[in-house]
Amino acid sequence: MPLSQKLPDDLNQRISSLKLPKNNTKKRCEALKRIKVMGLPSRRDEYWKYTNPSLFNNLFSDKNVVIGSDDKLNFDSIGCFKLIFTDGVFDQESSDSLESEELELVRISDSSVDKANWLEDFYGSLEEAGQNPVDRPLAKLNTAFATDGLALRVTGKITKPINIVYNETSYRSDVNLHHCIKLEQGSSLTLIESGSVSSRLNKVTELEVAQDSSFHHVCAQTNNVDKIVSTHLFARLWENSVLKSFTLTTSGALTRNEHVVELKGNNGISHLAAACIGEGRFHHDDTVFVTHEGTHCESRQVFKKVLKKGAFGIFQGKILVKPGAQKTDGYQISQSLLLDDDSQFLAKPELEIYADDVVCSHGSTSGAIDEEGLFYLRARGVPENTAKDLLILAFLAEALAEIEDTKISELLLTYLERSL
Amino acid sequence: MTSLDVKDGVDQETVEAVRSVGGHYKYGWETEIEMDYAPKGLDSDIVRLISAKNNEPEWMTNWRLDAFSRWEKLEEPNWAMVDYPKIDYQDIYYYASPKSMAEKPKSLDDVDPKLLETYKKLGIPLKEQLILAGVEGAEDVNLDERKVAVDAVFDSVSIGTTFKDELRKAGVIFCSISEAITEHPELVKKYLGSVVPVTDNYFATLNSAVFSDGSFVYIPEGVRCPMELSTYFRINAENTGQFERTLIIAEKGSYVSYLEGCTAPKRDTNQLHAAIVELVILEDAEVKYSTVQNWYPGDENGLGGIYNFVTKRADCRGDRSKVMWTQVETGSAVTWKYPSCILRGNESQGEFYSIAIANNFQQADTGTKMIHLGKNTKSRIVSKGISAGNAQNTYRGLVSMHPKATSSRNYTQCDSLLIGNKCGAHTVPYIEVKNNSSRVEHEATTSKVDDDQLFYCRQRGVNEEDAVALVVNGFCKEVLQALPMEFAMEAQQLVAISLEGSVG
Repeated sequence: MPLSQKLPDDLNQRISSLKLPKNNTKKRCEALKRIKVMGLPSRRDEYWKYTNPSLFNNLFSDKNVVIGSDDKLNFDSIGCFKLIFTDGVFDQESSDSLESEELELVRISDSSVDKANWLEDFYGSLEEAGQNPVDRPLAKLNTAFATDGLALRVTGKITKPINIVYNETSYRSDVNLHHCIKLEQGSSLTLIESGSVSSRLNKVTELEVAQDSSFHHVCAQTNNVDKIVSTHLFARLWENSVLKSFTLTTSGALTRNEHVVELKGNNGISHLAAACIGEGRFHHDDTVFVTHEGTHCESRQVFKKVLKKGAFGIFQGKILVKPGAQKTDGYQISQSLLLDDDSQFLAKPELEIYADDVVCSHGSTSGAIDEEGLFYLRARGVPENTAKDLLILAFLAEALAEIEDTKISELLLTYLERSL
Repeated sequence: MTSLDVKDGVDQETVEAVRSVGGHYKYGWETEIEMDYAPKGLDSDIVRLISAKNNEPEWMTNWRLDAFSRWEKLEEPNWAMVDYPKIDYQDIYYYASPKSMAEKPKSLDDVDPKLLETYKKLGIPLKEQLILAGVEGAEDVNLDERKVAVDAVFDSVSIGTTFKDELRKAGVIFCSISEAITEHPELVKKYLGSVVPVTDNYFATLNSAVFSDGSFVYIPEGVRCPMELSTYFRINAENTGQFERTLIIAEKGSYVSYLEGCTAPKRDTNQLHAAIVELVILEDAEVKYSTVQNWYPGDENGLGGIYNFVTKRADCRGDRSKVMWTQVETGSAVTWKYPSCILRGNESQGEFYSIAIANNFQQADTGTKMIHLGKNTKSRIVSKGISAGNAQNTYRGLVSMHPKATSSRNYTQCDSLLIGNKCGAHTVPYIEVKNNSSRVEHEATTSKVDDDQLFYCRQRGVNEEDAVALVVNGFCKEVLQALPMEFAMEAQQLVAISLEGSVG
């Protein structure tokens, strides 16, 4: 779908403010060429109807720097390999060594491609595939201008989760990060991302999960107070592979998380889930596009939003079942809990189905806290506020339950309990 | 639909029913009659000509011209999931009327017998007769209660309206819109374009410029319309577009049930039909609007068929007003239609029941908009889409709860069924909730059969599978039963449709 309105001035300004890094030059030049045709997103584009992209489009300087609050969320108790990014730059020295594990790790900013020759073809390729049928200009912009990011090639089962921790020390205004993750046949990895990168972040993750591999992903956007964040996950799944991704968002002035998943092989499983709770200047947009190509695949999307004091929650989700993707099992639920009259929930849960032997269902609900549930708890002596918190937690817990590792989900639940 | 692999769970009866609906188009014959055409193409002179043909006052002509100049600046929308070759708007006749209608006949007795014969053949009684030909069970019905007044529109003109006098006694005005413009200008001026403004969309603006005829209904305060009203649209002339306009005004506390039917001859070329229906519903009034859309759908190779681009909207202006749209969409090559409800009055209610069946190469993009503005408003959407052959069927809808529409409620259920592996079924709902006391539920699944009903059946020894089938079938039939008696013939064929094996 071509973008209906071009913003050449904005685009030129935006591009000229960025420097093209000196690696993956071919892919970056291609991306730059494409973005010039695409233009930046505009409110008139179908998938930007509910979120104003101008904060992603405009120029961003040091005066836009916002300093986030201290975050009490860390995953230390899980026992992880930690990879540290400081101010959007990979900090090898502070990071744990992964030498004992079956994986290769290089930085995308590393120009010695001989260290990871798979990266040359991989970089930008899944992102490009995800541009059809809907343009995703911010991801394209990222591919052209990303300054750092990890390239991980996993060849076996990684013994502990890898936790990418983003630290901010000197507070940078605007960062483009780009991770490339490739799981080879029979491998598995759990990746946790936490912390905050910069005042404005544009992050793209390209992920390929080969046959019989599994990838578990947990992303905590809890330290993004007043920040502007755009993330894209482009995932390609082959036969018998598994992707489970969960995102928790509790802060951020504007967050747009896009998940683009292609189920290419048969018997693939893709579970995407997200829980968000926000108030006031909080605009949270989940945009999901799952394409079924293989047969007997299962896709599941569970998105929950708790909104108060004028917060905005957006869910745009699409399941596309291509011709021949028989025995697909697709399920999607998007729900919001509006705690007061000022908040808004805008949803567009779509299905596009071209195969006849499939089960696809979707549901979307929106409403206030269940009065009966509240009454039940109050009748048993639970104070009103505690009762409300309990009901909010119970509502979000359904999304948290999608996390495979219960240690992680319990940790997040405890974190939420504390922050309520 | 020649060879078919049907998945488990889709019962044969359903397949047969879909086949019978789409397989043989019964209304594909043509009436040979001398016609009067306006010159081909569209410009302001054609707009003036249409206005002159209808002896319209100047304000109406200007209204049309204004719409036309707006239309010239608009671009055809392309967001719907339908694909058709570009329409050449200059290659269409915008006005075609039987020569015998040049001077309006004073009564139905003066109408050209060929025209009357046409409607007879379609099963539409233009004489003030009571029994509808071919409807099973009609003979058992108390005749006094089953009168139906018909306005028959043939290409660009209304050829007559039945039971006018009887309706007049009750204070009901039921006539063609061209007649209303000259005889009841105050009502037309007040309400025309007030629900679907001239600026609404490309096809609505086009219609506002060139509509040639249609029906007008006015139900005065407190009147329950003594009989059902209906309009039957027939396209007959070749290369002609039909642009009709319906305006229904239900005053405080009134009630009317209105039916609409439409057919066209089989032709290899596509024909354009762009209509507007406006319903104005005031305090405590209720309108039921039912459609069986059976335009020629094209042949099994996708050749020919009607492009059906229709804007239908009900404005529930008064408190406690109520509207119910029921539609069975079986015809048309391309359908682009979203009967909508603006729930402005407090406690107003909107309902939308739809069964859309697309076969062969048909494409249907249809659904509804429920705009909740008033407090305690309620809406309910039940949409069943069935695709077979190479057809594409899309449900597209909007449920919008405005900040002031507190304590409102929406329930949406849309199910689709695919028969064969070359067709597509799509769902594009927009849900916008802007206050927290309203509840919105959107569901697209068949697994959620009412547990109590299941339990009831199971308790009486019905096995699980049969119980589910029974409940699901019962549900579908419930929608069909919302159709008035006059559509029973079509509905009888459709009740065999089960939605087992549906996908969301």
